[in-house]
Formats: sequence, structure tokens, C-alpha cells
Amino acid sequence: MPNHNGNLLEVKDLRTYFRSDDGTVKAVDGISFTVKRGQTVGIVGESGSGKSVTNLSIIRLVPEPPGKIVGGEILFDGRDLLLLPDDEVRKIRGRRISMIFQDPMTSLNPFMRISRQLMEMTQLHLGHTKSQAFEHAVRMLETVGIPDARTRAENYPHEFSGGMRQRVMIAMALSCEPELLIADEPTTALDVTIQAQILELIKKLKQDTGTSVILITHDLGVVAGMTDHSIVMYAGKVFEHAPTRELFAAPGNPYTRGLLRSVPDPTAEQGKLYQIPGLPPDLTRLGPGCPFAPRCERAEAICQREFPPFVQLNAEHYSLCHFADEVYRGSQAEASSKGAAGR
Amino acid sequence: MIHTAPEFAVAGDVSLSPDSELVAGTSLWKDAWRRLLKNKLAVLGLIVVAVITVSSLIGPPIIKATTGYTYDYMPTNDVSRFKSMPPFRGPDGSFSWMHPMGTDNSGRDILARVMLGGQISLMVGIISTIVSLIIGVSYGAVAGYLGGRVDSLMMRLVDVLYSLPYIILVIVLLALFRSSTAVGQLVLLFVALGAVSWLTMARIVRGQVLSLKNQEFVLAARATGVRTPRIIFRHIVPNTLGPVIVYATLTIPTVMLSEAFLSFLGLGVQPPLASWGSLAAEGIQSISIFPWQLIFPGVTMALTLFSLNFLGDGLRDALDPQMRK
Repeated sequence: MPNHNGNLLEVKDLRTYFRSDDGTVKAVDGISFTVKRGQTVGIVGESGSGKSVTNLSIIRLVPEPPGKIVGGEILFDGRDLLLLPDDEVRKIRGRRISMIFQDPMTSLNPFMRISRQLMEMTQLHLGHTKSQAFEHAVRMLETVGIPDARTRAENYPHEFSGGMRQRVMIAMALSCEPELLIADEPTTALDVTIQAQILELIKKLKQDTGTSVILITHDLGVVAGMTDHSIVMYAGKVFEHAPTRELFAAPGNPYTRGLLRSVPDPTAEQGKLYQIPGLPPDLTRLGPGCPFAPRCERAEAICQREFPPFVQLNAEHYSLCHFADEVYRGSQAEASSKGAAGR
Repeated sequence: MIHTAPEFAVAGDVSLSPDSELVAGTSLWKDAWRRLLKNKLAVLGLIVVAVITVSSLIGPPIIKATTGYTYDYMPTNDVSRFKSMPPFRGPDGSFSWMHPMGTDNSGRDILARVMLGGQISLMVGIISTIVSLIIGVSYGAVAGYLGGRVDSLMMRLVDVLYSLPYIILVIVLLALFRSSTAVGQLVLLFVALGAVSWLTMARIVRGQVLSLKNQEFVLAARATGVRTPRIIFRHIVPNTLGPVIVYATLTIPTVMLSEAFLSFLGLGVQPPLASWGSLAAEGIQSISIFPWQLIFPGVTMALTLFSLNFLGDGLRDALDPQMRK
């Protein structure tokens, strides 16, 4: 198996556009990132920033029409998924790259027994016989902590609670031991205690199997707790890309700073909650400048006129901003002064 | 500004979830069955249909064993004495259990013929409905799932077929492929009726599939690498089952009525076989003198159609999620 300097997935300049009556929506516009083997990468952003479309593009499931991947490369284990025939991609889906969806209530087929849905995976990809597949399904359900798995496997999805269904989804996604797991907001539809359990489960299974994970979320807490690297997306672009620790300690982009500020800090008396002013832009009419400029505190005339550069702040930290260096230095200074103040 | 992650307290052992208590679930079907049983008319319909079906099936051999009559047995000696006898009357006019529905113009037992008619009418209804089910469900599901231009083309074809007067289409089909044998004619009838009654089924299924295909479980199935035909027929079609069953139950009486109509016109079932429609056609020739020859097959058919319609309505209410309380 070719090893491309430890990179399992390399997304280069990916562009996915949607045609609509109002014009072309550039849902994903020139995204690049890499996922190393065993790494967890978080993708954060507001609704409509292109997180989910990025990931649907990776397994080529963008609804087409109206969507279309118009450019870029998606190198998975050295092979460009965008150039593979459909049949090959289908063999990769579920086998080597699998997905967990946001809403466990709707992502299981209500008319199929849990066991059948799990068995379908391994029968399809690993060539299991019925009995092998059933045993494997029971083992997977036990792994994700479904008590009394053998009997519960015969149940239908509506007999499971939300948290248990998400466990089933995870069992399904991991049943072929994929190299890459894409979790698209896996906890958004669950309540907080279940969220913690599910995240802990993903973390544990990831350690056991060495799977790489792409975690899509708009919950910054989840990103901080789960990921090695983080990507901040806005308007179909990568705004900031950094190791998670660094991103939280010293953000190099005004948008990231805004996002971090809008997380309520339970230890500080805040009064009014901070929010980034304005709304995400209409992706059909983006000006030539920075898409975040109208909402940005730091914006100057140049931001409206010119598209910002993707600045490299240090070895692994990139930011899309005209003033990236300045913002980065400001964040660093703030961090060290707070650190000195004993926070 | 530093923000640490909100503290995640892991709720105990990950492998022991708090929502593990077992609740005895009721399946959709059990639930629907219970609601169906609450509907008196539907239950009555179910009982009547069951009684007529069972007696049509086991009746003829019993009659043969007790009286020696079959649907095409005609007494050969002194036929005129046995012709057109009223119900419960023997050849000499006295009371007799021999022919509870009387005899027809050829001296055949009407009860035996009505039972045979029941077999054939129900068979036509059910087989034609199955034919329409297979064509309609596959056609509608494929059109709905593939969508786009394929869908438009396929559904325009349905529109075109819809606009043809279907009974004339069936008459043309039956006349064109006229079979020499009675059984051949029957098979032709199945095919012809099935071939025109799948259109509405296709539309219903397509509509269902259109809304189902955007659900996340379909995306999830695609994301696990399932092939398109399997997604359509294993993942989507079972989810359309509720409306399909309801419509199928309502198709059976419609098809039976069409068959009766065709047989009444002499295009459908040919003697010596009989259906309720052809029996009614024979009966109407002498309605003023021997009314029972029309009344018995007519009433049996009307009763069956009523019951099937009530049953279909009951099923619709029982399987409609919006009616769920």
C-alpha cells in the first residue's frame, strides 16, 4: 500500500458548485486540507459554510444535479476519487470511507431490522455469509455498548432511543474497519449527556482501530475535546487551518476569534452574550473581496476590494486574512497576558 | 482570550447506556391491525370477503359430493323438467334442499355456478391486481428514484396511457388476441386488466418515492456503497408499502367490476366457465320470468364489492400515520 508521507486523504482546491435559479452557489470553493493516518480533523463553521458539502464531495455523494464537483482533486490513499469510475467509488464507500450522519432518527431505514442494516454492510464489502454477517453485527453492537445485543439486533429502529440509534450508526460505519470515518455533526441531534457518551465512544473506537476521523460540527467544545487539527470554514472557503490547541490559544483570523468569543464562558460574568454581527453571505452574490468583510470588526477598505491571501503563520497554521499576522500576534499577546493573570 | 472546551463528564461506563431498558414495542402492523379491528364496517367487510372466498373455494366439492352437481353438470334425461327451477324447489315443485339458488336455463345448479363465478371473479381481481402491483410499483419506484429526464419521460407515457379510455383498450386487446380456449381467454383477461390498472399505482408509488429518496437513510445506504437497484427495491419500496396495500385492496373490486362488465358484454369469461358478470348476463335474458338467475350472482357480487371497499377504506385509515392516535 503506497504511503504518501502519512497522508490518508488530501483534498486539493476542491470546488463544488450548485446551480440554482438565482445563479451558481459556490458551496465549496477551493478547499484544501489533508488528513493523516490516525488523525482527527475537525471542520467547524456556521450553517451553510460548506462543511457537509465538502464531505459529501469526498465520497462523491453530492446530489447531481443541481450540484457538481467542478474542480480539484481528492486523493485518497494516493488515488484521485474524482477520477475513479462509479463502481470503484462504491467499493470504497462504507468499506474504506464511511459516514455517520447528523440525525440518527432518520438515517436508519424504519422498515429494516437493525441486524439486516448492519449485515448489509459486511455482506456487501467483506463477502460475509448471512450467519457470519449476523455474528459480526452482534459483535459490533456489543462494541458500541448496546446491551443484550443479540436480541436487540432483531428490533426495528423505532424501538431504539436516539442515543442507541446513533450507536447503531457508529457500529454500522465501523463494521468494515474503514480507514476514514466522516462524522457529520454526529451529536447535534442528541441531548447533552448522550452527546458526551457518543463522543467518548468515537474517541475510544478511534484509539482501538486507528481510524482517521473527520469531525464536522458547529460546536467548538466538541472540536476542542476531540480533534488534532481544525479547519474553520466560512462561505465555502477555509478561513483558518491549524492544530486545534493552537487555533484555540492563538487564532489568526478575525472570524475564528469571533466564533470563539461567542462561546459563553461559564467562569466569567458576561452579561450579554457576544454574537458576530450580521448573517452569512448569500453565496450567489459574493463580491471580489473577503466574504467575511461586511461582518468583520477588523475590516478595512482593502477587504472589500481584494480577496485576502492565505497566510502561513507558522509551520502548520494558515489563515485567510489581509491582517492575519497582526491578528495572530494580537491573539498571542492576549493569551500570554491571560496566562500570566493565572487563568 | 482562552476558551477551554466545556467539561465533558462522561456519564459512567460508556458501554452501559442509561437508555437500555427494554420496552415491549408494538410494530407498525400490529398497531394497524388493532386500529382495523376497531372499525366495525371494515371488520364486517373482512368477514364477508373471507366467507365468500372460503365458500367459493370449498363449496363446489361439497355440492358435488352431496347432490352430484358441478358448475357444468346438466341433467340429460328429461331436461325440460329441471330447467329454471326456483330456489329450494325440486322438479315436482315441492320443497327441496337440492338447489338453494335454483337452476338455470340448462338445468345447472346456480349455487355451484355462483361459487365457480366467485373463484374466477376473485382470481381475476387478485391476479390482475398483482400484475398491476408488479408493473406499477417497479415503474413508479424507478421513475421516482431516478428523477429528472427519465422520470419526466416515464410519467408522460403514463399520462398518455391514462388518456386512452381503458375499457376500450381492454376490449381491443381481448378482441385482438382472442384465444380459442376458455382458459386462454381467462389469462388474456388477467393480463389485459392488469396492464391497464397499474397506472394509478405507478403514480402513487412515484409520489412516495420522491419524498422518501431525500431522506437520510437513503443517503446513508448510498454512503455504505449499496447499489441503486437494491436501494430502490430493498430500502425504498418497503417504505411505500402502506399506501400500496391500501390502493391494492381498492384495486381488487375495481378490477372485478371491470371483469364483470366485460363478461356481461360477452368479452370476458366464456361458458362453460362462469364469472359473476357472465352469470348476470345469462340471468338478465329471462329476468322477468326467472329473476333468481340474475339476483343471486348480482347480490353476491355487490356484497363482495361493498365489503372489499369497506375493507380498503378501513385499511387506509389503519395504515395512515396521520390517523394514528
